[in-house]
Amino acid sequence: MADIAVAPGRKAAPRETTAWDRLKVNRNWLGFWFMVPAMAFLILFLAYPLVLGVWLSFTDARIGRTGNFVGLENYEWLSEDSNFWLVVFNTVFYTTVASVAKFAIGLYLALLLNERMPFKAMIRALVLIPFIVPTVLSAIAFWWIYDSNFSIVSWGLRNLGLIDGNINFLGDVWNARWSVIFANVWRGIPFIAITLLAGLQTVSPSLYEAATIDGANSWQRFRYITYPLLTPIIAVVMTFSVLFTFTDFQLIWVLTRGGPVNATHLMATLSYQRAILGGNLGEGAAISTAMIPFLFAAIMISWFGLQRRTWQQG
Amino acid sequence: MTDQTAGRIVDPGGKTGGKSDASEGMSYLDSLPRRLVTLYLPLGIICFVLLFPFYWMALTAIKPDEQLLDLNKYNPLWTWNPTFKHFYKLLFETQYPRWLWNTMFVATAATTLSIISSVLAAYAIVRLKYKGAQYIGGLIFLAYLVPPSILFIPLSTVVFQYGLFDSPMALILTYPTILIPFSTWLLMGYFKTIPFELEECALIDGASRWQILTKIILPLAIPGLISAFIFCFTLCWNEFIYALTFLSSTQHKTVPVAIVNEFVDGDIYRWGSLMAGALAGSLPLVILYAFFVEHYVSAMTGAVKE
Repeated sequence: MADIAVAPGRKAAPRETTAWDRLKVNRNWLGFWFMVPAMAFLILFLAYPLVLGVWLSFTDARIGRTGNFVGLENYEWLSEDSNFWLVVFNTVFYTTVASVAKFAIGLYLALLLNERMPFKAMIRALVLIPFIVPTVLSAIAFWWIYDSNFSIVSWGLRNLGLIDGNINFLGDVWNARWSVIFANVWRGIPFIAITLLAGLQTVSPSLYEAATIDGANSWQRFRYITYPLLTPIIAVVMTFSVLFTFTDFQLIWVLTRGGPVNATHLMATLSYQRAILGGNLGEGAAISTAMIPFLFAAIMISWFGLQRRTWQQG
Repeated sequence: MTDQTAGRIVDPGGKTGGKSDASEGMSYLDSLPRRLVTLYLPLGIICFVLLFPFYWMALTAIKPDEQLLDLNKYNPLWTWNPTFKHFYKLLFETQYPRWLWNTMFVATAATTLSIISSVLAAYAIVRLKYKGAQYIGGLIFLAYLVPPSILFIPLSTVVFQYGLFDSPMALILTYPTILIPFSTWLLMGYFKTIPFELEECALIDGASRWQILTKIILPLAIPGLISAFIFCFTLCWNEFIYALTFLSSTQHKTVPVAIVNEFVDGDIYRWGSLMAGALAGSLPLVILYAFFVEHYVSAMTGAVKE
C-alpha cells in the first residue's frame, strides 16, 4: 500500500523507484523522524537527569563543585539522621491520610454529582475550580485562613462558642500536620471526583434497575455494581493521586516550609532544603533517590490495575 | 420495569407518580425531602468548603487594611467599602505585570513546543506503527509518572551546564518533560478515533505522511488539540519547583514564585496585596477554563482513561 504512494499517477514518464523513494515511505525511518522532538526533550531533560540524580546521590557534589564518588556514604549518613526518618514518617503519614480522605470524599462527591439535578453542568464546573487555580496561589489563601491571630476559622468557631482562644493552626506539631493534609485534600478532591464521575457515567443505568428489581438496596448496588465497574479507573486515579501527594512540595513550602520543628517536612521539601538551600547536592539527590522505590510501588499498583481492566474486558 | 414494584421496594412512602421517563433513571423514586438530606445538603457543604477559600481570597483582596486585622469591630465576612488599593499597589508599585507576562510567555512557549512534539510523536505511535511503537508508547506513559520533585536537583546541574540558569529558556525547555507525556497520551487517544480509511484514501491519492497529518488528521483532531493545549497551559502556570530552583533574579520570576518570595517582608504579611496577587494570578486561568470547561474535563478524564 505504501509503495503505491511513491508513484504519482499524474507524471507522464514513470521513473524508477530509487532507494531514497523507498526510504521516504519506510515506516521505521519516518517514525524515527517523527519521534525526534519528543524524544530529544524526554532524553535530555528527563531520562538523563534521572540517571544523573542517582549518580549524584553516590557523590559528595556541592553547588558549583562536581563531586567525587563516595559510594553509599550519603545513604549511611541519612540512615543515621533521625530527622530523615521523621521526614519519611511525615511523608508516609501525609500520603496515606490525604489519599484515603481524598478518595473517600472524591468518590462520594462523584456519586452525588452523578444524580439528576438542576444546574448539574454548572455545579460540576464550579467543583473543578480548586484544581484549575495554581496550588501556590490557593495555598496562600490557606495560609491566611490558617493565620494564628486572624484566622476566619478560629473566628467562626469562637463565635459559635466552640473554642475559647484562637487555634494555632501552623504552629503546633499535630495541628500543622492536619492543616496541611486538609489543604492537600481540598486541592485533590476535584480531580478525583471529576475523573470518577466520568467513569460513573459509563455505567449503564439498566444494571441498577435490574438489581433493584432483584431487591438490592443502595449499599448493595454500590458494592456489587458501581465499585467493581469503577475499579480500573480508581486504580489509575489513585496511582496518580498517591504519586503526586507523595512528592508534594508546593503546598508545604508555602504553608510551613517544613516547620514547626520539621513536623511537616516531606521528602521533597527536605531534599530542596539540603540540596539547593544547603548546597549539598549529593545528599539532596540521595533523598530524592530514596523516593524512587515508593514511586515504583505506586507504578506497579497502576500496572496491575490496568491488567485487571483487560481481564474484565476479555 | 413497572413503577409499582420498584416503588414498593425503594420508596414505601409511595411518592412515585406516573411520571416515568427513561432519561430520569431511577431518581424519580426518591422524594424531595429525602433528596434534600441525601443529596443537596452534602453537596452544598462540599461545594461551600471547596469554594470558600476563593471567596475569602477575593474578599481579602478588596478589604481596607484596618478591616483585615480587626475581626471584632467589623463583620469579617463582608465589606461595605471595597478598595482597589491593593490591586493598584500590585500593578504600579511592584513588578507584578512583568511576572504575569513571564508566566504567560513561558507557559505559551512551553505548551506550543510540547504540542508540536506530541502531535508528531502520537501520530507516529498510533498510525505509522513503526517497529517498537508500542514499547515507546509505554515508556512515554512511564515518563508521565516521574514527578518533578525527584528531578529538580540533577536538572539544576544540567541547566547550569547548558548555561540556561536564570533565563526563561530554562523553564521553556524543562516544562515539556512534564507536558509531552501527558499530551502525547491524550492525542494518541484522539488519533485512534479518526477512521483509518481517510488516511488510506489520501495515501492512494499520493499524499505524503506530512500532508496527511496536516490536512486530514489535525483538522479532525482540533477538539483534542484544544484540550491538550489548555491543560498543558494550566500545568505550566501551576508549576513551582522548577521555577523556584532555576530562576534567581526578580525580573525573571513567574507569578507563583514571585508571590511567595517577594511579597513577604519580615513578619508583617501584606495580606491584602498577597491575596490580590493570588487572585490576579488565578483569574486568567479561571477565565480560560470558563470558556473551555468541556475540553478541560475531557482532557483530564481522557488522559486517565486511555
